Amino acid sequence: MEIPLDYETLRVIWWGLMGTLLIGFALTDGYDLGVAALMPFIGKTDEERRMAINAIAPHWEGHQVWFILGGGAIFAAWPFVYAVSFSGFYLAMFLVLSALILRPVAFKYRSKHSDAGWRNRWDWALFIGGFVPALVFGVAVGNVLQGAPFRLDSDLRSFYEGSLLGLFSPFALMTGLLSVAMVVMHGAGFLSVKIEQGPVLDRARRIGSVAAIASVILFAAGGLWVANGAMGFRLEGAVDPNGPSNPLFIKTVAAPGAWLDNYGRYPWMVIAPVLGLVGPLVALLGIRRRSHVLNLAGSSLATVGIIATVGLSMFPFILPSSINPQSSLTAWNASSSHLTLWIMLIVTVIFLPLVLTYTAWVMKVLFGRISLRDVRTNPDFY
Amino acid sequence: MDMAVVELSRLQFALTAMYHFLFVPLTLGLSFLLVIMESIYVMTGREIWRVITRFWGKLFGINFVLGVATGITMEFEFGTNWAYYSHYVGDIFGAPLAIEGLMAFFLEATFVGLMFFGWDKLSKVAHLAVTFLVALGSNLSALWILIANGWMQNPVGARFNPETMRMEVTDFYSVLFNPVAQAKFVHTVSAGYVAASVFVMGVSAYYLLKGKWTNVARRSMMVASAFGLASSLSVVVLGDESGYALTDNQRMKLAAIEAMWHTEEAPAGLSIFGIPDMAAQETRFEVKVPYVLGLISTRSLTGEVMGINELVLKADERIRSGIVAYDAVEKLKVHRTDMAAREQFERHKADLGYAMLLKRHVADPRSASDQQILLAAKDTIPNVPVMFWLFRIMAGLGFFFIGFFALAFYCASACKFSKPWFLKIAVAIIPLPWIAIEFGWMLAEIGRQPWAVEGVLPTFLAASSLTVGQIWTTIIGFTLLYGTLAVIEVRLMIATIRKGPVEHHEPEMSRGSAGYAPLPAE
Repeated sequence: MEIPLDYETLRVIWWGLMGTLLIGFALTDGYDLGVAALMPFIGKTDEERRMAINAIAPHWEGHQVWFILGGGAIFAAWPFVYAVSFSGFYLAMFLVLSALILRPVAFKYRSKHSDAGWRNRWDWALFIGGFVPALVFGVAVGNVLQGAPFRLDSDLRSFYEGSLLGLFSPFALMTGLLSVAMVVMHGAGFLSVKIEQGPVLDRARRIGSVAAIASVILFAAGGLWVANGAMGFRLEGAVDPNGPSNPLFIKTVAAPGAWLDNYGRYPWMVIAPVLGLVGPLVALLGIRRRSHVLNLAGSSLATVGIIATVGLSMFPFILPSSINPQSSLTAWNASSSHLTLWIMLIVTVIFLPLVLTYTAWVMKVLFGRISLRDVRTNPDFY
Repeated sequence: MDMAVVELSRLQFALTAMYHFLFVPLTLGLSFLLVIMESIYVMTGREIWRVITRFWGKLFGINFVLGVATGITMEFEFGTNWAYYSHYVGDIFGAPLAIEGLMAFFLEATFVGLMFFGWDKLSKVAHLAVTFLVALGSNLSALWILIANGWMQNPVGARFNPETMRMEVTDFYSVLFNPVAQAKFVHTVSAGYVAASVFVMGVSAYYLLKGKWTNVARRSMMVASAFGLASSLSVVVLGDESGYALTDNQRMKLAAIEAMWHTEEAPAGLSIFGIPDMAAQETRFEVKVPYVLGLISTRSLTGEVMGINELVLKADERIRSGIVAYDAVEKLKVHRTDMAAREQFERHKADLGYAMLLKRHVADPRSASDQQILLAAKDTIPNVPVMFWLFRIMAGLGFFFIGFFALAFYCASACKFSKPWFLKIAVAIIPLPWIAIEFGWMLAEIGRQPWAVEGVLPTFLAASSLTVGQIWTTIIGFTLLYGTLAVIEVRLMIATIRKGPVEHHEPEMSRGSAGYAPLPAE
């Protein structure tokens, strides 16, 4: 079969699609992670907490699929990245998975008994299910920026030489906190459009302000750290973006400061960090002016900007290796075959718009603010 | 490779996959039962069917959530524990998993929220459509994961690329329409339908025995007995033996299931009973039905079913041919453009995986002795006694379910489910479909050994480079987490069943709740 797009183009498209997926996950499941992480603090009484829970209850299952699909799409489009990162960050992955397993169960089972102790335990399970994944995802991004300690042998089998605690470097901890702040800001923004006026909404606005300020500070600090710290990798010599997916064929070196290269080459990319800084401020403005739509728009822009900044700074790198730069994974050497990328693109072009359409339809059917009265009377509510 | 790492990785994968598959069959079957029940409600407009649908929907929800939660692990476990596998076959294997997410998971997960929360927000027909989309989504996910699994059993449409040191797709259509995958899909979803039917029958029989909710119970049994009869026939008739003549590993699996040490004259007979002895390579006290196996597995009177020893000899030959391919790959690693090595590889590439079997016995397959080659060839025999008995229990249960549902179907018209002995059987057999289903999985995956992907990649090379301590940590962690959730789940299920379809009887609902206490439906 003749494939109408060349390998390089497909690799760039898939790099963009993976970014889109990650952003889709952060925008949608970000609500649920944020609200879950806020659970013990957002409501003083069981009814108040139930308002928050029922704001996301009909949606979290669909949102979570962005995460699952992320796993499947990395497997299909970047098998190297799937293999190296998940086996390397083994125990961190276990932490994330366990926390995410708690979350659906907590949503569903919390309401089955009215006993206060039972519900309180599930509220903390929800907190873990929101806070831990947000933190670990952020820590993982920090480690990706710094490079992970892995190497490939001539069979392209990967060996990882780090530990779980080794992941929590000061820089990675900071990106972890940024991730938590971003997700909490977004969750609070979602609650502000989904919940009626009252104490829960007031708390969401207060927490949202703090999280927005924290996001701006941490994102700016992270930028300075990346610019001045010993971070960055560069490809050397002739690079063939149409070449076979074998990392050992492309020469890579550690090059401090290289994460800023792309902004010199493609100045338009500056839009991403600008969004990352302006987004939280827009959210803050929305909170001050009691414009909930502006609040949510701000937190969404911030999420897009922050994630896009990481991706664009590193392009074409996906997962650099700190101990053996030669093993680094990039868009040019870690992808699936030309044919698989093409087939998966066709599938995505058909199904992604369909998914977005029916997700929007479901959102529309269930549109409206959750009130205390709903929580008291609707028999289907959790 | 450290064999302890490999064995522990297998243990963890088996534990998490089999645990996940405790919940999936009920989701597959109950979702379609909900569609049938709700259709009756929409067509007749009778309130009782709304109550019935909502009641089974509650049980569906409790079960569904654990299926979803434990499915999260599965999506990432290939990467965490089988990293070399993921690299080696991700180009083919990853695609069905990604499509599963895009086409199936989004569908079921997006609409399941609306199914629970949309009763008052949608018209009757629209809500029925939503329920149908949930059922369609969960069944489509079974299709894609079985296309992936079918490819491990019969890896069609792909070739090894020495430049990237992995398998790459050449023909996606044959991956999709892999006969092994198709047979597995029908077999697996039918098994899920049987499980759900037995579950609905059992719970309803419990109500009838207690004399509670008889209106709901009798109607539910009516639906479940018809659905169960059709699916129990389908699960046996469309068993996945149809693909067993296709590849050497599938042939070996069949020979192991039958403990058939030597090729028999066509058509071969089917063993009903026997005690297979691996060391002596014979089956004691064998009871055989003539002709049947040949008919089932080759669909002809003249097709030959190969025995274990003949298949080992064939493996020996393929290992020798594979060593030549392996040698060529090593040469190509040094000189990418070595044309002679390229040609040598092309001639022997089909057997490359067989040479890799030697890595268990010798570091460099090219220096293997005749004895080591024979050892590796014998590694292709799976655990015969385990296979033999797993199959007989699974298939025996399959036939039992046909009998049970035929009886139920008869009872539906003859005695209106009034006979206590029948109801007691229905309650007692609730666990049996799960035994048959888990045994079916063990049969399929133990039978695939020593391969992760048949003829392509041995299991012992497929694992991640982890330490024993790391894997023990996660095995213990998952066991504790899953164990706790299982206890909570079963208790909630039982509590919900005890409470019954409560919303239909208002007095029951308000009794005992002094003052205001919100009674959640879920």
